[in-house]
Amino acid sequence: MTPDLLDEGAQRRDQLQAARVSGRTESGGRQAGFSRIALPGEVDVTHGRILYLEDVSVSFDGFKAINNLSLDIAPGELRCIIGPNGAGKTTMMDIITGKTRPDAGTVFFGSTIDLLRYNEPQIAQMGIGRKFQKPTVFEQLTVFENLELALKTNKGVAASMVFRLDSAQSDHLAQLLHTIQLAHDVNRLAGNLSHGQKQWLEIGILLVQEPKLLLLDEPVAGMTDEETARTAELFLSLKGKHSLMVVEHDMSFIRAISEIVTVLCDGAVLAQGTLDQVQADERVIEVYLGR
Amino acid sequence: MKTETGVAAPAESVPRPALELPGRSALLSRAGWSAFVIAVLLVCVLAPLLNLVVPEGSALHLSDYAVALLGKIMCYAILALAMDLIWGYTGILSLGHGLFFALGGYVMGMYLMRQIGREGNYKSDLPDFMVFLDWKELPWHWALSDSFVATLVLVLLVPGLIAFVFGYFAFRSRIKGVYFSIITQAMTFAAMLLFFRNETGFGGNNGFTDFKRILGIAIATPGMRMFLFVLTGCTLLGFFLLARALVRAKFGRVLQAIRDGESRVMFCGYSPVGYKLAIWTISAMMCGVAGALYVPQVGIINPSEMSPANSIEIAIWAAVGGRASLIGPIVGAFVVNGAKSWLTVAYPEFWLYFLGALFIAVTLFLPNGIVGLARRWKRGGQ
Repeated sequence: MTPDLLDEGAQRRDQLQAARVSGRTESGGRQAGFSRIALPGEVDVTHGRILYLEDVSVSFDGFKAINNLSLDIAPGELRCIIGPNGAGKTTMMDIITGKTRPDAGTVFFGSTIDLLRYNEPQIAQMGIGRKFQKPTVFEQLTVFENLELALKTNKGVAASMVFRLDSAQSDHLAQLLHTIQLAHDVNRLAGNLSHGQKQWLEIGILLVQEPKLLLLDEPVAGMTDEETARTAELFLSLKGKHSLMVVEHDMSFIRAISEIVTVLCDGAVLAQGTLDQVQADERVIEVYLGR
Repeated sequence: MKTETGVAAPAESVPRPALELPGRSALLSRAGWSAFVIAVLLVCVLAPLLNLVVPEGSALHLSDYAVALLGKIMCYAILALAMDLIWGYTGILSLGHGLFFALGGYVMGMYLMRQIGREGNYKSDLPDFMVFLDWKELPWHWALSDSFVATLVLVLLVPGLIAFVFGYFAFRSRIKGVYFSIITQAMTFAAMLLFFRNETGFGGNNGFTDFKRILGIAIATPGMRMFLFVLTGCTLLGFFLLARALVRAKFGRVLQAIRDGESRVMFCGYSPVGYKLAIWTISAMMCGVAGALYVPQVGIINPSEMSPANSIEIAIWAAVGGRASLIGPIVGAFVVNGAKSWLTVAYPEFWLYFLGALFIAVTLFLPNGIVGLARRWKRGGQ
């Protein structure tokens, strides 16, 4: 027993004790025990995962779009997904958001919500927002009306007939309009915005729903360099508060925002790691250059 | 990128200018309310005066023919308004709205048939066609036809319920676009064939006619005719306000959002089925009311009201007037039916060609209809 070994042991004990007291361990700490109460509709991230896909497969007319895909995302993480065309990136988002039913596999939101049991509106209300590849905003409504529509409230028919914006919601909208830099275009029809502005409006539509997880399909496609840089800043500021899954082809954008990059190919995960690690991977180079 | 951190914390750090968020628009603008009041006066004061008080020889006299025609067109205008809610705002083209109109008309017709009492040709308690078919008692579905209150309820309930059930299955199965239109067309055609049959108990191809009185009051008097006219006008104006209120609420914006991007609406957490079903049912009930007002004024209802061509005409009125404007379809109903009543007298053989040409012309040159044209002129003039 040397003094430094003793010190090391004492330190380790202190760390364990601290982790126990704070309730944050790898497995979710004390809250992840058997006796914990699962609240319906509440996303349970005590196990450290907000999205969890395991062995998901789906085929269209014999073509395997997703092939035994397993993937998971931590709360507050910003995950980038890359992959050649037809790798199944958009199909994966379709499955998570309830648009496509997988043939096999499990998809969980937190550790208690089985997403395969819900439809698109229900999944959206639980807190998964999605941005499409092609910007889709409501072209005949104004920017303000677009955002007001997406606002997190009761989305039932009767509630919509008597809905009135309260002051907290207007503050929220005003703040968001500044965030997405559309404060001067409040009353413009969404159809008259530029392509980049539409992309931003769609991101705003997502954010105003206060989602826990955002799925963003090519968010900077068609944006100018300046807009892309601003989008990168925005995403970095969202990281931590929200979990993000970003599908992109723009490598400089990914370099600006990414921690971990997942490479999809032929409907399965090919490689995962930092962008540099991934770019050095032989298999990744092969699928990108070999085609 | 490090230098500009404004985006990261825009709310807290940077003092931002106060942002004027748009408030709720008024139900009608000031000019809109003026026009509305004028319309109410026209219907409730001027028309009765010109028809009942001004003597017949006078140039200002409103003839009984004109009252009947305008009353009929106002019923059509309610149909066009209902069509605008479902087609113009929600993007669902129904080619079966004639069915809901006819159902409302049949419910009212059944009541009017019972009001004839023993004054029919066969001097029986039963309606004439039942005596003719040698029926001894009223079929079950005529049970409530003696009650005026029940009739008023059924005028809303029958079209509403049928629309609800049909819509529930169609919208839940995500039937959209032209497929939905074709199915509604088939629905009204099937109903027409059903009503043509004598054994369904709706008077077969003759339908109901020879009405004598309503609530015990003779139906063919000038006073009653004028009363029905005023009632129809007020209903039209009331429905217009109702439609305005629906469209102006967030409900109406969700409908437009469904029209422009249904999947986006779903990913915003809205279930489109409920919204479509609500507006579809409301629209059908409005048609039922229009039918109930129509039958006592024209004095007849028969299955030809359910023919597919009638339903298609409703869509044409809405398109000609201008979709998604509420006022447009009302204007369209007046213009097209006005032209129809003139052309079918002047050049009876050309009416259908004219209607077809009108629809093509509007589709090609006036995508926003007459109202769109008026707006363009207004903007050009300024």
